[in-house]
Amino acid sequence: MTWANILIQGILIGGFYALFACGLSLMFGVMKVINLAHGDIAVVAAYAAVFLAPKLHVAQLWSFAVIVPLFAIVGYLLQRTLLQKAIDRDPFTTLLVTFGLSVVIENLLLEIYSANGQSVNIGELIAKSWQVNSVIYISYVSLVVLAVAVAVLGALQLFLSRTSSGRLIRAVSDDREAAQLCGANYKHVFGVAASIAFATVALAGIAFGISTEFAPTSGGINLLFAFEAVVIGGIGSLWGTLVGGVLLGVAQQFGAHFNLEYQTLAGNALFLIVLAIRPQGLFGRRVSVNG
Amino acid sequence: MADPTARPLPPLEVERSTFSRVYTVVGTVIVFAFFTAAPWILAASWVSVLSNFFTLLIMATMWNLLAGYAGMVSIGQQGFVGLGAYATLYFAIEGMNPFVAIPFAIITCAILAYPITYLLFRLRGGYFAVATWVIADSAMLLILTVALLGGGTGKYLPGLTNLSPSQLDHDTYLATWLVAFVVLVATYFILRSRLGLVLSSLRDNETAARSSGAKVTSTRRLIYVIAAAGCGAAGSVLAISQPFVQPGNAFSLNWAAEMLFASMIGGMGTIEGPIIGCVIFFVLQQSLQNLGAWYLIIFGAVAVIIAIWQPRGIWGLIRDTTHFELLPVGYRVSERSLTSHRRALRDSP
Repeated sequence: MTWANILIQGILIGGFYALFACGLSLMFGVMKVINLAHGDIAVVAAYAAVFLAPKLHVAQLWSFAVIVPLFAIVGYLLQRTLLQKAIDRDPFTTLLVTFGLSVVIENLLLEIYSANGQSVNIGELIAKSWQVNSVIYISYVSLVVLAVAVAVLGALQLFLSRTSSGRLIRAVSDDREAAQLCGANYKHVFGVAASIAFATVALAGIAFGISTEFAPTSGGINLLFAFEAVVIGGIGSLWGTLVGGVLLGVAQQFGAHFNLEYQTLAGNALFLIVLAIRPQGLFGRRVSVNG
Repeated sequence: MADPTARPLPPLEVERSTFSRVYTVVGTVIVFAFFTAAPWILAASWVSVLSNFFTLLIMATMWNLLAGYAGMVSIGQQGFVGLGAYATLYFAIEGMNPFVAIPFAIITCAILAYPITYLLFRLRGGYFAVATWVIADSAMLLILTVALLGGGTGKYLPGLTNLSPSQLDHDTYLATWLVAFVVLVATYFILRSRLGLVLSSLRDNETAARSSGAKVTSTRRLIYVIAAAGCGAAGSVLAISQPFVQPGNAFSLNWAAEMLFASMIGGMGTIEGPIIGCVIFFVLQQSLQNLGAWYLIIFGAVAVIIAIWQPRGIWGLIRDTTHFELLPVGYRVSERSLTSHRRALRDSP
């Protein structure tokens, strides 16, 4: 029964990792940009839920209704200004710029809100869970987060495959110059992709703030988990990212079962093993590795 | 058509330095003598700042070699800083003098780095960068589980108790300075060698370098191992200067941030760049030392601005406007021979 619990808890946390990772995956797919500030942006969203939402008289539970659209706008603006300037230079510059942003954001949060742990307060709901048997408890929050992750990934998949805006994004992602010749404004398309990525990462950040305590330095480890989920699942595959997140979650729960110190280590080990024997990931195409 | 009776043009001379090699050697000797004598000349507080300065200079020079020349953006070099610190701690626990342990810690880091390249080199660009971070994170988590090395709380470096505090500061400074000097001189000679030529071609255009027969992967592997050894050296002297070794500090991401920003601001792909970047960093840190993390916020913001609008950094700007080379590693046609060459061309019928 313990094994079933490890599996279930792993799947639940895996949904959360996939939610975190889909923005990273989208920005890499469309702009070929690894946003090293991805985890820190999520942490900013969590801080916004704690400190900004009460100022706007919004309950922390419903803060996503304000913060997610806000982050979509911020994402578009940041992409059209700073990130586009970096992309215009080269991929190398983009990496350095996003890493610089990451360090600046982390230390600004540290100066403004101190290193104290915070959490998004949603009242009694956090403690509620569904007791399956004496060993297995399924927290409502984790279940909702998993459902949101699946819904977001599904919606994103539909958006990319069925709508004209989605087709435009895929066209720019496949061949930027050809899309431009056909009249697509690729800079605007990049902005739209960034705004979707920022919206999803804001959602992930709030979910993160609800489920655990966070601090200004929490961004780095979130970026690592999101990244591991993307690579395990296979670069450029959204459903692969979900599977990658779930595998990562299960590996971590498995490690934690032996010793809490092995939790992250077990996830890292799975990542390195996948890298060693199947570098394109479980669902990735071989060509995408050298992007 | 060339006229066979025409006088042959004067040959073009190729030179490396803007000024005579004698000046370079004399200058190096003066700098070496000054910084070696610094503990007897400068106040103790300055000596400890210089000690930190040289630690960062080692890291920035190594990062510059890795990213500025070999094109590998790593944000996981703090892993080797931490491993260097912990290797020193391990050898000291086993009874070795910590100062004697420095070269052993360096060798340990180089040996550990070699197999890691076989995993990391499967990834490129951003994926490579984050993967180096995963490796650094895993190294820290593994160290945390080792009770002998103090686990999560850390441990005092043994073997230094017979030294008085001022003697320890003094010895630490000298060790740091000597390591920094060796790292700088070694980097200079690497870049002047055949390997440096391959690196410069890689930096400028990888595809062209490959098609010209440059051994890109093995060169990268060698540079990664050298950079790991250098960061291990920085970690080793860091452990001695603290001398409390703690995972959160030894493996801190701030090391990666500082080495990266210092080389970016100073100018990547030049030897002088990281030196200038480290000087700016320490001026900023000393003048803002009562304002918490603001020095890092400003340093990071400046680095982002420089990366976008002045990607060759401050040294690049100076060199582009003055054509001055302090530590020349490339070749160029001498101005003098070029002038006489031009004159001969103009005078020829």
